[in-house]
Amino acid sequence: MLPARDETDAATGGTLDAHVVVHRRDGFRLDVPVGASAGEVVAVMGPSGAGKSTLVAAIAGLVRLDSGFVRIDGREVASASRHAPPAQRGAVLLGQDARLFPHMSARDNVAFGLRARGVARPVAAREADAWLERVGLGGWGGRRPSELSGGQQQRVALARALATHPRLLLLDEPLTALDAETAGDVRGLLHEQLTAVRATAIVVTHDAVDAAALARRLLVVEGGTVVQEGPVQRVLAAPATRFAAAVSGLNRLVGVARDGAWRSADGAVELRASDERSRGEASVHGVALAALVRPSSVRLDLARDAAAVPGEWTAHVVRLEPTPAGVRVHTGDPAVAVDVAADTVAALALETGARVRLRVDPADVRFVRVNV
Amino acid sequence: MTTANRLAPRRSSDAGGFVPPILAVPAIVGLALLVVPLGALVARVDWTTLWADVTSPEAVSALTLSLVTGLVATAVCVVLGVPMALAIARSGPRASAVLRAIVTVPLVLPPMVGGVALLFLFGRTGPVGAALDAWWGIRIPFTTAAVVLAQVFVALPFLVLALEGAIRTSGLEYERTAATLGARRWTILWRVTLPLAAPGLVAGVILCFARAIGEFGATALFAGNAPGVTQTMPLAIYTAFNGSGVGRGPAVALALLLLVAAIAVLLLVRAWRPGAQR
Repeated sequence: MLPARDETDAATGGTLDAHVVVHRRDGFRLDVPVGASAGEVVAVMGPSGAGKSTLVAAIAGLVRLDSGFVRIDGREVASASRHAPPAQRGAVLLGQDARLFPHMSARDNVAFGLRARGVARPVAAREADAWLERVGLGGWGGRRPSELSGGQQQRVALARALATHPRLLLLDEPLTALDAETAGDVRGLLHEQLTAVRATAIVVTHDAVDAAALARRLLVVEGGTVVQEGPVQRVLAAPATRFAAAVSGLNRLVGVARDGAWRSADGAVELRASDERSRGEASVHGVALAALVRPSSVRLDLARDAAAVPGEWTAHVVRLEPTPAGVRVHTGDPAVAVDVAADTVAALALETGARVRLRVDPADVRFVRVNV
Repeated sequence: MTTANRLAPRRSSDAGGFVPPILAVPAIVGLALLVVPLGALVARVDWTTLWADVTSPEAVSALTLSLVTGLVATAVCVVLGVPMALAIARSGPRASAVLRAIVTVPLVLPPMVGGVALLFLFGRTGPVGAALDAWWGIRIPFTTAAVVLAQVFVALPFLVLALEGAIRTSGLEYERTAATLGARRWTILWRVTLPLAAPGLVAGVILCFARAIGEFGATALFAGNAPGVTQTMPLAIYTAFNGSGVGRGPAVALALLLLVAAIAVLLLVRAWRPGAQR
């Protein structure tokens, strides 16, 4: 039961064309070009401190640009000399914390943006109720934020953001503060609503699942610059950096191609791959090559004296980290994560510093070229 | 399970913490020091003449003057103090520390000193007083306006400090959120910043009003003690005990009235909690 203007105004989000350059006081420099066509959802991933939050804050108008520009629907809202206030940009930021106004009911929270635009109170309240219905909270309009669970609060925050028909939706780790199950529900709702209103959105996340579920294009930002960009699947399949590999759940070992195989820099480890494409990459002698191996594909055993065999090497355990499925064993030199069952760790009496034998089957290895 | 059952173990162990029991002695002495004198005051009230004392012309005039000047002074404090609190809360850390220190001065200053200072500024030979007199023929000292001015001088810090703390605590994040939702500055102020700081504002207004109607020292020096013009309740009570103006009976009655008003204000604040959340 939504007013007709929802179907027209919000039918498609706006376009974003931005090149954000911000020098932070601590010497950090962010220099990231980012764009999104109408209705496109772009994910931004990167390690902590990469500048992801600063990026969206600058687009939203909460942080000033030192140079570059932000254009929304072709209109320049920010540059080195120009800083349109957030209210005039048409971009709404939804953060990790729902930030619902604690002194207002859920309905008044959702109606806030509409009221700020001069929509009459009864109309805004009706529209707010309709949005609450859409995010699965019909009938909850009278509740105060303190009476809602974290997931419900984030749903209200999403309704509040979408109710303003933003030209651009900025989501800064919207699911991080939620437990896994709730995050899954809200992720589904986000996907559903972003698709329904064909919103243009930038989603900052540290979770590859979010990127894959919500976005088609992925931007990997590290140390203030874009290190990789492309369709989500392609970036996750061929991560260009160790961080990108980690988020896609892969070990990424940088070495060189030698005699159709991958060799670690010190030559101690040799890996072969069985697929056609990887062998093609490795055939260029001396080229920098990254080997991608899933942590669950590495076999781990106690160290024993053995001749150097391709696909096998001896390593030290650096750290043990519990995972939902068992234990992730981090080994050093080269840094490789290995997933093993908890009972295996117990049976082998694994501990930090232990020497282990690692083995990878060529069928589980892929090579990608390293772009220096 | 009843509420009493659930709370019983907590009352005996949790809430008590690990404070040495002997500290209860000075605590009780302190409490007595606060409460017993008020009991002595109530004991001296002559209940047969109370109504007549309270409604005597001198008493009514002092009471009316106190309430009117107190309310006007509080209104002035709100108009000036809210912007001050906003400015301090949103300044950089160093500037806000300096501003807070300046605002605190009248709070720690003996009110008499404030009265003398006001007199030197607005007196006929003072820089502002002389100008006002020369240009418009306005003389502030020893008028009802002087009463209000003295009250504002001593009460303003209470409002500013209480509200400033509340604004600073609620932080910038909600304002940022409101801004990205399309709210302009005035909308953010009225719908987000001030409502979030409402507990501080209410506390500040109450303290401010209480301080204003209790004001004595600065008023006595700067506004004098003219019945009906500058003789507020505290001055009327003081005068009565010195043996002139209203009688001793009315003075006790007036004191009781101030006490009842103060308790009523306290109960009002406790009953009305705008910060229902948390």
